[in-house]
Amino acid sequence: MEAIILQVLNGLDKGSAYALIALGLTLIFGTLGVVNFAHGALFMIGAFCAVTLSRIISISHEVVDNTQTDFLGNPLKVDVPYVYDWFGQATGDALIDWAVPLSILFAIPVMVGIGVAMERGLIKHFYKRPHADQILVTFGLAIVLQEIIKYFYGANPIPTPAPDAFRGSFDFGAAFGFDPNVIIYPYWRLVYFGFAAIIIGAVFAFLQFTTFGMVVRAGMADRETVQLLGINIDRRFTLMFGIAAAVAGLAGVMYTPINSPNYHMGMDFLVLSFVVVVVGGMGSLPGAVLAGFLLGILESFASMREVLNILPGLNQIIIYLVAIIILLTRPRGLMGRKGVMED
Amino acid sequence: MFGLEKKDARLLILVAVLVAFAPFILNPFPEGSGLAQFNAGYPDLMQRFVIFGIFAIGFNILFGLTGYLSFGHAAFLGVGSYAAMWMMKLLTMNVIPGIVVSVIVAGVFSLAVGWISLRRSGIYFSILTLAFAQMSYSLAYSVLTPLTGGETGLQPKITDPRILDAALAPGATPKANLFGLEMGSSVELGMGSWLFTFNAGYYVAAIVMLVAFYMSIRIFRSPFGMMLRAVKSNQQRLNYTGLNTKPYTLAAFVISGMYAGLAGGLMVAMDTQVGAERMFWTASGEVVLMTILGGVGTLIGPVLGAGAIKYMENILSKINSDILHTWFAFLPDGLEDFVVTLIYPFIGKGWHLTLGLIFMAVVIFLPGGLVEGGQKIAKLFKRKSPVDDSPDGKTTPAE
Repeated sequence: MEAIILQVLNGLDKGSAYALIALGLTLIFGTLGVVNFAHGALFMIGAFCAVTLSRIISISHEVVDNTQTDFLGNPLKVDVPYVYDWFGQATGDALIDWAVPLSILFAIPVMVGIGVAMERGLIKHFYKRPHADQILVTFGLAIVLQEIIKYFYGANPIPTPAPDAFRGSFDFGAAFGFDPNVIIYPYWRLVYFGFAAIIIGAVFAFLQFTTFGMVVRAGMADRETVQLLGINIDRRFTLMFGIAAAVAGLAGVMYTPINSPNYHMGMDFLVLSFVVVVVGGMGSLPGAVLAGFLLGILESFASMREVLNILPGLNQIIIYLVAIIILLTRPRGLMGRKGVMED
Repeated sequence: MFGLEKKDARLLILVAVLVAFAPFILNPFPEGSGLAQFNAGYPDLMQRFVIFGIFAIGFNILFGLTGYLSFGHAAFLGVGSYAAMWMMKLLTMNVIPGIVVSVIVAGVFSLAVGWISLRRSGIYFSILTLAFAQMSYSLAYSVLTPLTGGETGLQPKITDPRILDAALAPGATPKANLFGLEMGSSVELGMGSWLFTFNAGYYVAAIVMLVAFYMSIRIFRSPFGMMLRAVKSNQQRLNYTGLNTKPYTLAAFVISGMYAGLAGGLMVAMDTQVGAERMFWTASGEVVLMTILGGVGTLIGPVLGAGAIKYMENILSKINSDILHTWFAFLPDGLEDFVVTLIYPFIGKGWHLTLGLIFMAVVIFLPGGLVEGGQKIAKLFKRKSPVDDSPDGKTTPAE
């Protein structure tokens, strides 16, 4: 029982990332009908938003500190972040400590901007082209974005820690009446799961309960009719692309403490996210979320030692294996809509 | 000639001549001059040109003719490499059995993958092939380590059985050969300050490539090739006429998988080592880039694309900021630094950025790739419209 709970928990954080990226991919596909291979790059850029903000916050200047001396007796030069000067030491420390969560505020406008620019500047011209061309051009864009990040931030992973308050681990056993120290789970991963749930809920609520969302859903169902009603659906779809980019970016921001960001993290996630989207069903938002969590949890179950003893290497291939089986038995994916990407 | 039309025969002869004289053509700059680093006429790179040329020609038979975009072709290349390596370990260091077996094994493997993947088309097909390739890669890295050497890969060792070969002298390294002709051996020809290298391995690979190229021309011009084009332009209609397209697409898939296996076998023959990273999905992406860059659905395009990308990878990536500074030394200091900082992100380690930008530009403005670009330029200079290289002209893949 404990082992099962532990594996489910382990699957949740990866599953959350898959679900968030797949949600964005599906949003773009459902609204604009574009297969976006650059979505992983957006995830990666989001992660680097967090890196950028934590670097900006800790920009410092040198101050001669007369209270401290080096071994020769000279006063020591100390780096003092500007935030200390502006907000005092305690607030400054807190700001630096909370850089990653703060990046959410920074990342949203940046990612929406990048998304809108991408749609208006590039994707717009590809609506009429075949899907293969869309895949290819966004694949090229992903390479370019990745290389730009590599040029500015280097090729090595950049550790970006979570706030101190979330450093430790949460002992599920002690809290829920199992043996203590059996189910231990880092706080940040819980935060990540909660965060993902909030974002997913927010996206669904936005589509379900606002007028804007209603128009977008109508446009997804029948674009032409909505246009004939005199609604500028293109502008709304552009914004949806921005929102999808922001969802991917936020997934990236919050993922930085779990996995230090490097320039090719996006590609690693992209391949899996595509598999997730296909398993969930092209164009189905609930399907993407469900498949994301399902595959994340399956992956963590497949890495249990008991399973690996019987089927070695299963954890490496489980996701692809599931995808192949699903595609061959349920061609539309778990919750795919009729008439989407069918030949 | 060879059952080809005049135009195709001319193209084949042109390619044959270019390939035969590549050591001269690719080495236009004298040794020791500032431009010598643009010389691509060294064996290692020339071998790569032709091997990746084969890989791209094979990929083009699938993508160019049927429009099925496979994102997992590197798996066949990797399987072919492993097969050839095992032949070298078990049978002989002669490259012939290795290459033959690599083609057969890759063919069988692609038959299995294709049989499953071709049940779907469009993006689903891409994802399925990608999934198979990633599975092969992960398995080669982890569970199949006894067979693949895992992270370290495989090299021929002196202790391998090699039942057909005479025992090696102690301390000697096993070298790939063709009936005693070592693949690594080269003849150097100095002419003034020029130095030309003629490498045995390169010429073996080049002959294989010419045969592969010839076969691809035959496939393009055959009724079978016509049928594949029909699949690309309207598969549904073909189905409605009562025709089962699966055997045709599957045959195309297996043929292109065998080409990939051939390329993999040759890679091992030239450089006797193999690792799982050869099967990673970026390697599959690379062959897609090559084919698109050169021109999908054209005969010569994939070879050009493979050459262009391998040239950039090896030559562009070697330029560092010092070399840039010497180039722009004639400019005033401030301007020199400015120009160097402007260019620097695009060369050296950043050559992928250039590649990505060129690739995007090609997809956006020149869907027919370099071949279409060449045709457009030729059109500018000629009144008469130039001979169309690809009979179908359009390169829109099927959905």
